[in-house]
Formats: sequence, C-alpha cells, structure tokens
Amino acid sequence: MKLPRLVTLVAAALAVAAAPAHAQISDGVVKIGILNDQSGTYADLAGPGSVVAAKMAVEDFGAAKKGLKVEIVVADHQNKPDVGSSIARQWFDADKVDVIVDVPTSSVVLAVNQIAREKNKALIVSTGATSDLTGPQCSPNAIHWTYDTWSLANGTGSAVVKTGGDTWFFLTADYKFGHDLERDTEAVVVKNGGKVVGKVRHPFPSADFSSFLLQAQASKAKVIGLANAGADTTNAIKQGAEFGIVKGGQQFAGLLVFLTDVHALGLEKAQGLLLTESFYWDLNDTTRAFSKRFADRHRQAKPTMAQAGVYSAVLHYLKAVEALKNDDGPKVIAKMKELPTDDPIFGKGMVRADGRKIHPVYLFEVKKPAESKGPWDYYKVRATVPAEQAFRPMDQGNCPLVKK
Amino acid sequence: MTFFGVPTQALFGQLLIGLINGAFYALLSLGLSVIFGLLNIINFAHGAQYMMGAFVAYFLLQWAGLGYWWALLVAPLVVGLIGVVLERTMLKRLYALDHLYGLLLTFGLALVIQGLFRNQFGSSGLPYQIPPELTGGRNLGFMVLPNYRAWVVVFSLATCLGTWYVIERTKLGAYLRAATENPSLVQAFGVNVPRMITLTYGFGVALAALAGVLAAPIYQVNPLMGADLIIVVFAVVVIGGMGSILGSIVTGFTLGIVEGLTKVFYPEASNTVIFVIMALVLLVRPTGLFGREK
Repeated sequence: MKLPRLVTLVAAALAVAAAPAHAQISDGVVKIGILNDQSGTYADLAGPGSVVAAKMAVEDFGAAKKGLKVEIVVADHQNKPDVGSSIARQWFDADKVDVIVDVPTSSVVLAVNQIAREKNKALIVSTGATSDLTGPQCSPNAIHWTYDTWSLANGTGSAVVKTGGDTWFFLTADYKFGHDLERDTEAVVVKNGGKVVGKVRHPFPSADFSSFLLQAQASKAKVIGLANAGADTTNAIKQGAEFGIVKGGQQFAGLLVFLTDVHALGLEKAQGLLLTESFYWDLNDTTRAFSKRFADRHRQAKPTMAQAGVYSAVLHYLKAVEALKNDDGPKVIAKMKELPTDDPIFGKGMVRADGRKIHPVYLFEVKKPAESKGPWDYYKVRATVPAEQAFRPMDQGNCPLVKK
Repeated sequence: MTFFGVPTQALFGQLLIGLINGAFYALLSLGLSVIFGLLNIINFAHGAQYMMGAFVAYFLLQWAGLGYWWALLVAPLVVGLIGVVLERTMLKRLYALDHLYGLLLTFGLALVIQGLFRNQFGSSGLPYQIPPELTGGRNLGFMVLPNYRAWVVVFSLATCLGTWYVIERTKLGAYLRAATENPSLVQAFGVNVPRMITLTYGFGVALAALAGVLAAPIYQVNPLMGADLIIVVFAVVVIGGMGSILGSIVTGFTLGIVEGLTKVFYPEASNTVIFVIMALVLLVRPTGLFGREK
C-alpha cells in the first residue's frame, strides 16, 4: 500500500506544481504598490500624482481588454525607512503585492531594495535618487527608472562649472540622498577643474535656512550647491533672496529641482536657475498630450519627471508581464531589461544590465517672468545630454551584476 | 579674531539670526501660555491656527487684493473668530475634565484642518512676497540684515511685551488671573467669566495667526508649516514653565539663539538641541525655568 500512496502524492504534487504553468500570474492579479510620501515634503512632486500616473498607465496599457487583472494599492512611508520597510514587508508577505513602484527618499529606497531582494519581488524606483541603487547596491530585483544623483550632478554640475562657477559651497540634506548627491556633484566639480570650499549638512526637513545661508555667504564660494529637494530647496532659495545671496554675486545651483518646486517658488525667485530633469511637459506633442490628460485628473498640475516616470515604468512593467505571462519578481525585471522601452514620456530607450533605465536628460533654465506664457510655462531647454552620456557608465558603478 | 574656530564676525550674524527665529518661538509660545494659563487647555491646534493665519493672508491677497498690512490686521481677527466658535461649540465642554481631553480634541482638530488644507493646496506651498516697503536689507558689516527680518523681531517683541503688560499689570489682566484662580467668586462680582474665557482663547489663537502672517513672506505658505513648528514651540513652553507669560517670552528668544549657535558648531544637532535642553530642565526643575508650583 505504501508505494502506490507515495506515487499518488508525488503525482499530486507535480500536478500542483505544473498547474500554474498555464496561468502564472500569482493569485490571478498583478498587484502594484505605490509607496511614497503622501502627506509630507515630497508629496507634491510624487505623492498622489504618482498614483494618478500609475492608474493612467494601467488604463493606457488596456489591461482589462487584454484579460489582465491589475490592482493598485497605495501607502504613505512618511519619508521614514522604518515605516517604509514595515509597509514593504506587509505588502509582500500578506497583501500579495508583486511590485513596489516610485519610492522617494533614498534611505527608504535602499531599505525597500533589501526587502524586495529577500522576498524575491520587484522594485522600480522613479522618485528616489541615490545612484547606489545601480552601483554597489544593485539587485536583480530592481530597476532605477527616471534619474539619479549621478545624472543630476553630471547635468547641472558640469554646466555650472563650465560657465565659470568653479568654487562651490554645499548645503546638504543630512541623509543618504543629500550625501550621495553631494558626493556625485563634488566629483564632477573637481573633474571639471572646480573646487569645493565648504559644506554644511542641515537636518531633513528644515524650514529655516538663514543660518546655513550666512555660512555659505561667508565662504565666498561662487556657487551654492543645494544638495536637497522639495520644500528644503524652495525655502533655501526663497530665503537666499532675502539675504542678498544672488545680489552679492553668488549663484544657486539647484541640484534636484522639480517642476512643482519652481511652481511653488514663483518665477520671480526662480528665474535663471539651471536644473537637470529627464522630463518636461512641454518638450513635444506627445509629452504635451500626456500632460494635459494628467493635469485634468490632478488639480490641473502638470506632471513632474517623477510622476511621468511612474507612468512610463508601470507601462513597461505591464508589457513585460504580458510578454512573460508571469509576474514573478526577478523574471519580470529580467524581461524588462530585455525588451526595448517606448512610451510618450521618454521616447525610445532601454534598461541596462545594472538596472539603469536609459534615456536623454535635459539641462533646463528657468524662464524670466516676461518669457512665461502662464502657469507651468517655466523651462527652456539649454542642452540635451544624449542617453548614452546621461548616466554613469556601467563599468564605473561597482555593480556586482555587471561582469568586468 | 575667532571663537572656537568660528570668526567672531560670523558669530554675531548667527546670534542675530537666532534672535529672529526666537521671535517666532516667543510669539507662538506666548499664545500657548495665555491659553494654558487661563483656560487650562493644552492647545495642540496652535500650529494649525498659525498655518491658517498665513493662508488667510494669502487668500486676502489673491481674492481681495488686500496686501500684507491689511493681512496683519484682518487675518488674526478672522482666525481668532474661528477660535471663538471653536471654544463656544467644543472646548467649553472640556474645562471640568482632565487635560488629556482638551489635548486630544485640539490635536484631532489640528490633523483635520491640516488634512483639508493639504488636500486642497498640496504640500509644496504657495508663494507670498515680502511687502515692498520692507524688501532689501542693510549691510551691518558682519552680515546683511534683511529689513523684513528686523521688522519681525521688533514687531513680535512689541506684541509680546504688550501682552505681558495687559495680563500682569492692568485691571483687565487682574480679572483674567482672578477668574482662573476662582471663577465662581469672580462671577459673583458681576464679571461675565465664560465670555472672558472665550475671548481669551480667541486672543491666544489670534496671536498664532499673527505669527503665521509674519512667517508667510519668509517661508512658503504651506499646510504643514505649523505641524513642523508646533513640537518645538511646545518644548519652549515646557522649558519656560507651562502658563508663565514672561517665561515663554524669555525662553522663546533664548532658545532661538541657542539653536542658531548649534547651527554653526554642530548643524546636524540643530533640530534636537531644544529637546535635549528640555530633558535637562525637566530633570532639574520639573515646573520649568519660570514655572511655579501650584
């Protein structure tokens, strides 16, 4: 009796294992988790707008028509790595989330990156900036989509040094993102023959920058590099005007400035600022059409590059799931690297072996109030960095996935 | 000349900056102290009311074309009136209960108000310009002092001293203080105590709104501006001694300076230094520096 029973058991086990071969979408639903700051400093530049973008991607992909059931869940990580980690664990373990998308705040990104790898799920980062995600911390489970600290430094940093801004003082947000952005920018400044004369690290987030601005002023550096983001950046620039930073002959370099920041500052304060982004709503007909649809669903605000990046990332993720008929984390990520990307946001592009999504990056200058035709008409293109030069060459990132 | 590796010139600048930030702490903690001292309510909605003050200034400019100077007058009145309604409809039911109930109610209100504003206006803030009369700055040799910041210090110092004078040195203030000691006795003398308490709450809230208008041109008008500040201000009140008017003024300015100096010597700690001081003060003097045992 024993032997036949064992055979039956093995057969049954095989049958169970073989069954999902026909439908390998886990529990029949592709579940996308948008993890970002829904209520704090970074809520406007990603936040609820990223959720709108993700929903648009699911609709445009035509998931329902293709018989693919897609569900989007949202959580607020409050920019805290501990909160972000526990949400990620809960999502992967209990709520059957297949991929986490967006994730501002580099410290949260790296924490969630570890968890995605441990649970064998997927992570696609749009708003988080640390270039370590495709460097020492790169993972077969993660893709870095929209931009990173290296591309920002390379865009704004080198442009500013080349126009004569060769001495720098850094005002740095005191956490992973600020440190990385400062590190990557300092390397660019030094490489281009500039010098860093000082730096100060401010708590994240801060409201009052007067004290730090005074230190920057005393340093006599030609350029004050703002290695921070969101309200920290806008407050620093706004208060800098009060203390006569620009009148005194110094110049701000906003190393990460989003469209919503410029909107909050107003052109009077922001004019002339150089900044690097990979997307702007007014680049061409397709970006304009996308942005109009987005604005109609999101308080008439044009999308930031972070939000547009979420759209592009979710779209490509779903294409890979469709091609693979499977939503297993690392398999989908591998498929995403294999398929070329094409969407209304970034045009044609690709994902590199180290997990870096490649597309052109633009150096913008903020318009003068007289040049602007109205709200959200803020940038003019100063230079386009082609896709191959916009991101750190793969062999310099120390990513273990890349064979040397 | 240097002082611990920092040039004395730079140090003067930082002291002055500290004084400016202290002006905000003083004005906000003053309102809290007045409310706690006379109503025994821990007003956690103070940050939200400060934020509403800034927003009213913004609305006045956008919708009615009324500039900064009008806002300085109208915003405290509007927000103070909202405070009066709040006191009449909700807070007055809590005076007989434990502090905790007032704290929970006002904390909940603050979350609701902030949530509504955030939902409507987003989190990156709205621009508000410095009034043309006060733009620019003076070069003091060791730093450029923005005219607007100088105005903030002078104005808030005057408001603080005025409030202190009214409460501690006038007959109206004497009634107020008496009403907190023994409301039924004061009522027996023919003073309408409930109305006085309502107006006091309205006044405390108006002080918060006034600080909000003062802050609008410096920071972005942001739904979260109060949430970030209120915790620090509570620490200031605790250090100064709950309910002590003079205590909150002096501690507000002093801690602004301490925080400013921390930003020079060890900027990473500038957000925590006030709480370290609070812990130390509570260890040595549980009633705060200027507080009296009841």
